[in-house]
Amino acid sequence: MNTAQYKTWDEFMEGVWRQNPVFVMVLGMCPTLAVTVSAINAISMGVATLFVLVCSCGLVSLMRKLTPKEVRIAVYIVIIATFVTAVDYAIQAISLALYDALGAFIQLIVVNCIILGRAEAHAAKNPPIPAMVNAAGMGVGFTIGLLALGVVREILGAGTLFGVSLFGAGFQPWVIMVLPPGGFFVLGAWLLLFAWWARRRAGLPAKEATQHV
Amino acid sequence: MSESAFQIFVNALLANNFVLAMFLGLCPFLGVSGKLDTAFPMGIATTFVMLVASLCAYGLNLLLTAFHLEFLRLISYIVIIASAVQLVEMVLKKYSPALFRALGIYLPLITTNCAVLGVALFQTAREYDFVQSVTFSIGGGAGFTLALVLMASVRERLTLSNVPDLAQGTALSLMLAGILSLSFMGFAGLGG
Repeated sequence: MNTAQYKTWDEFMEGVWRQNPVFVMVLGMCPTLAVTVSAINAISMGVATLFVLVCSCGLVSLMRKLTPKEVRIAVYIVIIATFVTAVDYAIQAISLALYDALGAFIQLIVVNCIILGRAEAHAAKNPPIPAMVNAAGMGVGFTIGLLALGVVREILGAGTLFGVSLFGAGFQPWVIMVLPPGGFFVLGAWLLLFAWWARRRAGLPAKEATQHV
Repeated sequence: MSESAFQIFVNALLANNFVLAMFLGLCPFLGVSGKLDTAFPMGIATTFVMLVASLCAYGLNLLLTAFHLEFLRLISYIVIIASAVQLVEMVLKKYSPALFRALGIYLPLITTNCAVLGVALFQTAREYDFVQSVTFSIGGGAGFTLALVLMASVRERLTLSNVPDLAQGTALSLMLAGILSLSFMGFAGLGG
């Protein structure tokens, strides 16, 4: 890999792993928790957000020299809302069942902090290609985060994965996991797991984790 | 829609609490709930923006439907909310500079609070009439304030207790929110 390729890859992986929007930055929580009752919902939401993110960051980046500083947020919001409207109608046309399952959360992509954050922090200062690569990384990272939640909640709460039954008829589903509290618990558990893992990698024994005041 | 205004209010306040049951407005919920002093004014300001946004969205929706421009709904709603926030900001700056300074950066951030856009979108989707829309927005705002105040109170107590290092920060807040959400599920069915 030469330097330019490496830099692009690095930019992409920043969103996927080091700055993962769900697990590291804890942004865009509302759709993360609300739609992840099943793996298929999680993927659809992730892909919809990915599309809006890449398109709007590309456009924001193209218009970065034309946009006056004072009204930039309004400009970003209108750009994002345009793409979200397109996605909204596209999902409605592709699958009405999916549209009903995701509900208002497709339209609420507009106020997802990840998108506005990327537009403001990255796309407004960089040329279109790096901006879109960075946005794609963030979008993929967001999708992975959603999927991690959706898979756990679907397996525990319904005993299925992508709609396929895993445990047979005797399985007693843990219903609370597909209800609102489950979303908070599963995300909290993931964050704990990552914190524990980061601590282990840093070489600290788990015992010292308890702080004595 | 045959729901009475009271049912809508109770539903939005408790049974379908915006934060704890519908996952709307989680960013300020996790971000501003550290101290009670900021949590309460934030809740009130958000409620006011919700009310203004709901009124404007109701009028705008009539206009858009009359001209068959439904596809512009999302864009126009978000512009209206941004203007409403700007309005609140200017009014506060003029009449209550102390509160304006206390809220600081959180005020403009209400624009990207999905609870506000959520109110406008849900009232349109459920075809609420004027009175229903107003009660819905006030109930939703009150529910948001309630959740924020509860969370802030618990977190203030927690700063004094001995928490494992590993769980501090967001993970702990999320677990707390989960328990709060669990207790709010006890209200299910209350609004009929």
